[in-house]
Amino acid sequence: MAPARSVYQRDTNRAEKSRAVRKTGDRSVSADVLVQQLINGITLGGLYALIALGYTLVYGIMLMINFAHSEMFMSGGYVGLFVLKALTNESLVGVGTVAFFKGSSIGLIILFAMVFLSAAIVVGLLGVVIERFAYRPLRHAPRLAPLISAIGVSIFLQNAVLLWVDSKALPFPSVMPVVTVIDAGGVTVNSLQILILVTTLLLLAVLDTFVSKTRIGKAMRATSQDREAAGLMGIDINQVIALAFFIGPALGGIAGVFHGMYYGSVKFDMGFLPGIKSFTAAVIGGIGNLRGAMLGGFVLGILESLAAGFLSAGYKDVVAFAILILVLIFRPGGLLGESVVEKV
Amino acid sequence: MGGSKMDIKTVVSGRKLTTKQKIIYAIIAALVVLVPIFFQGIGQLFLVRIMGVVGLYVMLALGLNIVVGFAGLLDLGYIAFYAMGAYVGVLVGDVMLKLFGASFGPYVYFAALPVAALAAAATGIALGTPVLRLRGDYLAIVTLGFGEIVRILITNDVFGLTNGAAGLPRAGEFIPDPAGLVWLRQNAVFSIGDNFNFQFSNNLYWYFIAVMLCLLTIFVVRRLDDSRLGRSWTAMREDEVAAASVGINITSAKLWAFSLGAVWGGVAGLTFANFQQFVSPESFTFMESVFVVCIVVLGGMGSIPGAIIGAIIIQGIPELIRGLAQSGILPLDPGQASLVSNYRYLVFGLVMVIMMAVRPQGIWPSARRAMELHPDDEKIRDEESQSLWEAEHKTETADHDL
Repeated sequence: MAPARSVYQRDTNRAEKSRAVRKTGDRSVSADVLVQQLINGITLGGLYALIALGYTLVYGIMLMINFAHSEMFMSGGYVGLFVLKALTNESLVGVGTVAFFKGSSIGLIILFAMVFLSAAIVVGLLGVVIERFAYRPLRHAPRLAPLISAIGVSIFLQNAVLLWVDSKALPFPSVMPVVTVIDAGGVTVNSLQILILVTTLLLLAVLDTFVSKTRIGKAMRATSQDREAAGLMGIDINQVIALAFFIGPALGGIAGVFHGMYYGSVKFDMGFLPGIKSFTAAVIGGIGNLRGAMLGGFVLGILESLAAGFLSAGYKDVVAFAILILVLIFRPGGLLGESVVEKV
Repeated sequence: MGGSKMDIKTVVSGRKLTTKQKIIYAIIAALVVLVPIFFQGIGQLFLVRIMGVVGLYVMLALGLNIVVGFAGLLDLGYIAFYAMGAYVGVLVGDVMLKLFGASFGPYVYFAALPVAALAAAATGIALGTPVLRLRGDYLAIVTLGFGEIVRILITNDVFGLTNGAAGLPRAGEFIPDPAGLVWLRQNAVFSIGDNFNFQFSNNLYWYFIAVMLCLLTIFVVRRLDDSRLGRSWTAMREDEVAAASVGINITSAKLWAFSLGAVWGGVAGLTFANFQQFVSPESFTFMESVFVVCIVVLGGMGSIPGAIIGAIIIQGIPELIRGLAQSGILPLDPGQASLVSNYRYLVFGLVMVIMMAVRPQGIWPSARRAMELHPDDEKIRDEESQSLWEAEHKTETADHDL
């Protein structure tokens, strides 16, 4: 277990570092580095924000940290990879279809839509199943019980992938050509970064509207305020919770596919660090608050990239954990959250 | 939750050993001493080694039990104390060796032990102070972050002390043999027949050290459980607000829990470093913390026999199967043997989920917790129904339990 995790860390560290070093050569060109790290940070922040939405949604309704959410993210990467491989396998879907997917831009868009949709749906359903079997029996148990159960689910899923899929990192094929869109004096933005950012913002807008405007969204808000009272008003609590456990993991799954594309590989333990960091993002923004999760994701992503660029890539995880601890100590309600009063 | 009066009575009366219990304890003691000697004699060294490692995990589980089981604070970074104990102990031992010369070598471990324990306790307070106000699940995440920070700092060779991922001792340095080991290796040698050739080994030495430390831990933990502090932990675990309102100092109770729990992590850490003759950050991953939590949960939170059984099941059995397969006693090929150790994490994950749903109190729940659910002593039951009757007929207080 141990060496595997540090390999993952090294992978991402190297990616960050090489990006920083390539752009700068030496560190005196700090304005460019700053802007480039900001751009990298915003991309990373978009990924964190997508995952953080899942944490915050589940926490808002269930008041529990879904520790297994990082594995939802990981599963998303794998599901995306398998669907992508299946759809571009000529013996499976036919030569013509693959040519269509790869040849035209419409085909490419359809291919990616299918990859993302299938990752979202499969992982969402996985989330629902996990809720049904691991968390629902514990709804009236002491607070620690669901958390321990969630850790169990997380370990189980990680090792299921390790044993039944692969223990090594699988390369994620770059079907979409990643083109540099903006190149201004050493600062570059590529199409994937823009895609991640746009998708994240779009999904947040949709989710925000869904929760604040629709009938089901109202039911979710009611459930998060007072589960029992909401039940008495005729809301099907189980359905609402299941829905939260579908949407959250689905978003995490999408983030997993993006992560695979961005870093070029998926691995069984890829969820651990992004998971913890996204939880940090959710806490920074104020857990239970959707827009807060988004804000927290970007804040954390940017801070982490700056730390990687200006301090040392080895310490960027320490920065994230230190921020988590500081926020919890000094502003446990988060930036946009309300302070929670302990109920007796 | 049962009344505290009832709890104290049974716990105290439970400590008077019956003849049957005495015999059971004597058998266990004999097995603990003789089984490893037997294994050593028939040349199965890896079995002695596994027993020693299980002993260390028992100690870790008992220490974490103070934090998780008694005080109800879920600590997912417990392994950080293990790391602190190991690194501080080895570094301090190194300094001692340089100060007092090589002749001090045999005493380094014993002299460094209190330092390691204190360092771990100080780390416990350093972690505990900022997180005092945090509730259960937030606390769990912060302790996880803390554990990871410690590991990352060690890996990055902070202050130039830890030698990074390569670990300690550095090339050319060594961890000296503890007192008595060399003498025992030379003199504790005997044979019975042709197949039983006993020679004292490092593994056996550290096994017995681990057993003695476990006994010390059990003694202290039992005394703590019955102490005023232990009872305030129970009260705090059940309801922090209510405990504070009856005058329990939550701050000091939490800090005591963190530091007293950490002490055993530190002691186990230094022993582990000596046992291995080596420490590296690889041994202190998040997974190890989960491992210890898993032992406590499986055995039963707050339960001493539970921690022992949990350590044997989680640490001992998979190692045993792998070891037996490697030595050719079990007819498994190497592939199957490594499957056992690979699948154990999968199984542990599943076990954690199932235990929480089916038997959250663990395999061997603590007497106090078990009693809360099934009062099997008739006298206690009578007392309880009496107090229940009184409560129902005298005071009509509604119980708002959220």
